[in-house]
Amino acid sequence: MTVAGWSLILLFIAVTIALAKPMGIWLFALYEGRATPLHRVLGPVERGFYRLAGIDPNEEQGWRRYALHMLLFNVALLLFTYAVLRMQGVLPGNPQGFGAVGADGAFNTAVSFTTNTNWQWYSGETTLSNLSQMLGLTIQNFLSAATGVAIAFALFRGFARREMKTIGNFWADVTRVTLYLLLPICIVYAIFLISSGVPQTLAGSIDATTLEGAKQTIALGPVASQEAIKMLGTNGGGFFNANSAHPFENPTALTNLVQMLSIFSIGVGLTWCFGKAVGDTRQGWAILAAMGVLFVAGVTVAYWQEATGNPALHQLGVMGGNMEGKEVRFGIAASALFAVVTTAASCGAVNAMHDSFTALGGMIPLFNMQLGEIVVGGVGAGIYGFLLFAILAVFVAGLMVGRTPEYVGKKIEAREVKLAVLAIAILPLVILGFTAIASVLPAGLAGPLNKGPHGFSEILYAFTSGAGNNGSAFAGLSAGTPFYNGMLGVAMWLGRFFVIIPALAIAGSLAAKRHVPATSGSFPTTGGLWVGLLVGVILILGGLTFLPSLALGPIADHLAVTSGQLF
Amino acid sequence: MFNDLKSAVRPALVLTLLFAALLGIAYPLALTGIGQTLFPAQANGSLIRDGDTVVGSDLIGQKFTGPTYFRGRPSAAGADGYDAAASGSSNLGPASRALTDRVNADITTLAETTPSSPVPPDLVTASASGLDPHISPEAAFSQVNRIAAARRLPAAQVRSLVAAAVEQPALGFLGEPQVNVLLLNRALDESVAQK
Repeated sequence: MTVAGWSLILLFIAVTIALAKPMGIWLFALYEGRATPLHRVLGPVERGFYRLAGIDPNEEQGWRRYALHMLLFNVALLLFTYAVLRMQGVLPGNPQGFGAVGADGAFNTAVSFTTNTNWQWYSGETTLSNLSQMLGLTIQNFLSAATGVAIAFALFRGFARREMKTIGNFWADVTRVTLYLLLPICIVYAIFLISSGVPQTLAGSIDATTLEGAKQTIALGPVASQEAIKMLGTNGGGFFNANSAHPFENPTALTNLVQMLSIFSIGVGLTWCFGKAVGDTRQGWAILAAMGVLFVAGVTVAYWQEATGNPALHQLGVMGGNMEGKEVRFGIAASALFAVVTTAASCGAVNAMHDSFTALGGMIPLFNMQLGEIVVGGVGAGIYGFLLFAILAVFVAGLMVGRTPEYVGKKIEAREVKLAVLAIAILPLVILGFTAIASVLPAGLAGPLNKGPHGFSEILYAFTSGAGNNGSAFAGLSAGTPFYNGMLGVAMWLGRFFVIIPALAIAGSLAAKRHVPATSGSFPTTGGLWVGLLVGVILILGGLTFLPSLALGPIADHLAVTSGQLF
Repeated sequence: MFNDLKSAVRPALVLTLLFAALLGIAYPLALTGIGQTLFPAQANGSLIRDGDTVVGSDLIGQKFTGPTYFRGRPSAAGADGYDAAASGSSNLGPASRALTDRVNADITTLAETTPSSPVPPDLVTASASGLDPHISPEAAFSQVNRIAAARRLPAAQVRSLVAAAVEQPALGFLGEPQVNVLLLNRALDESVAQK
């Protein structure tokens, strides 16, 4: 570990914290449906969309209606992307002349991008046309992120509203977040990326004659427009196979820093927005503090392990940190930091190959996802996932003092706790269940590239990433098979909507309750004790659930490599 | 419930199409227009040309095998490495025998042609993209003697070319010290041509 490396990490943390309030203020305006300066320009677009689609943005929806409309919209988007991928061969914008994507692959990718997972079984540059990338994928990158923020807003309203039956209007939430938040930032962001060297062209590729006289075909495309929303919307689906490690996606150390910041920017803003919505911004800062503790712990372990390097290579005389699967322009620190950021959020973009991380360095991204990606987390998904844990944490505190738990002015009762457990239980159920199935069936065992415990880690990582809607991979796994495409498609869908629907049910249930003012007997949910309790509940829940699986994968891997055992 | 669903059909379908037009077509096309106007070189891939021939991209590594050029990192992109239409990495795990075998073979090759101790780690590890355009300054300096001998140039002249090619991180910590291999090799060719 170096001073320069830690300087980068500290700068990243400082800027992230500084982003929370300004981003939160903007999000809060959208949460309340207030006009922003951008309404002058984009207001007509918003109103035009409502008119054509027959939407009354002021219609208040109960949680069931909100959930059904959200679900139907997502199904429509899924079918749209599926159709675009299946018809790729006959659609324009296909300079390389790629054929249609197969049925299982198109299903997997459509689910993947609709659920904000952006798991990619394919290599972008050898499978998808420019039009498929733009029309099929970029649209999902925006709308899956906007859906996440909409769900977060609905849950905030559940806490903030008093004795009401409704939690907002899904269409208005999703449209406003897209038009006034994601699109404007992405335009500026993409122009910055282009200026830094990220291509933005409709050409498919260009042939170069290298200095040694060989032919090198260089894949190009409309990369910057997709790259911007890929990071901002915590999608993570790369234009190219190598994702943000590809010099065309992430050409410099500066673009790398901006990419990492953009992953967290909306997530941290939402913590502030939550505090504001419930009338006490300290509540938001307390959440961010708990996230911060888990984040710093993760970065420290990952950076330390990667900087220590691989003992198997030290044996051969290659000293120093682990550079396999990393880019020189990022080095160890920025690669380890990126890996933790992308899995703390549900982004899944990578600037280094997690599969080639050291055993324990690679365990941190895996563990981050298993905790539910609630350390800042995905756009919207992070905060609503975190609030589910907060509900459990106040419940635990309530059990200890024998008092009905309260959180930000709402009594947390049996219904909310049951729903929160339901939402939290889906993750271990899918991850461990599906991993177990894949670990015994021949079709599953055909997947891993690496032998020994690392092969098991590849399978475990895939289902963790899928169910957690992350999308990063231990990419040695050959996942482009009907078995993995199907299983992971189902895992992604369950991991997304079986969390969202209970979260919306909680929102509906809370909104109907009356406000209970805090008394001297209330457990304070702002101080250090609360932060500690939150971290404890998250770690115990995640630790107890997943530790056995980690012991079989990365921990066994670590013990093997440190004792000189290779596979 | 049925009424809730029915009322969502039109907004779902119409908004899908409207957003597809806005986000899937208008947004990337507008940015293509902006990019091609304001930053045409970058928007088209930061290509390097010699007259009409494209010789590569500033940002994309190339495969160098001959003794007269600086070499980049091992690459797992495509079948032969540095395939800029098939980026990717080895994905070998830390306890992989395939990894240690490959590294060992590379160390042996290096020892024959470019002896250096210790071995610069980036010269024997595959990059994440397979297209890494850079190597560390140590990796570049370790090749100076080989190049000087193959090109019959004074080592000091080659060394000064490398020194000029080293890029230092901004602010001292944003990035890593690095050398762009393709640009260094072009500078090498040019300095020979001038002689």
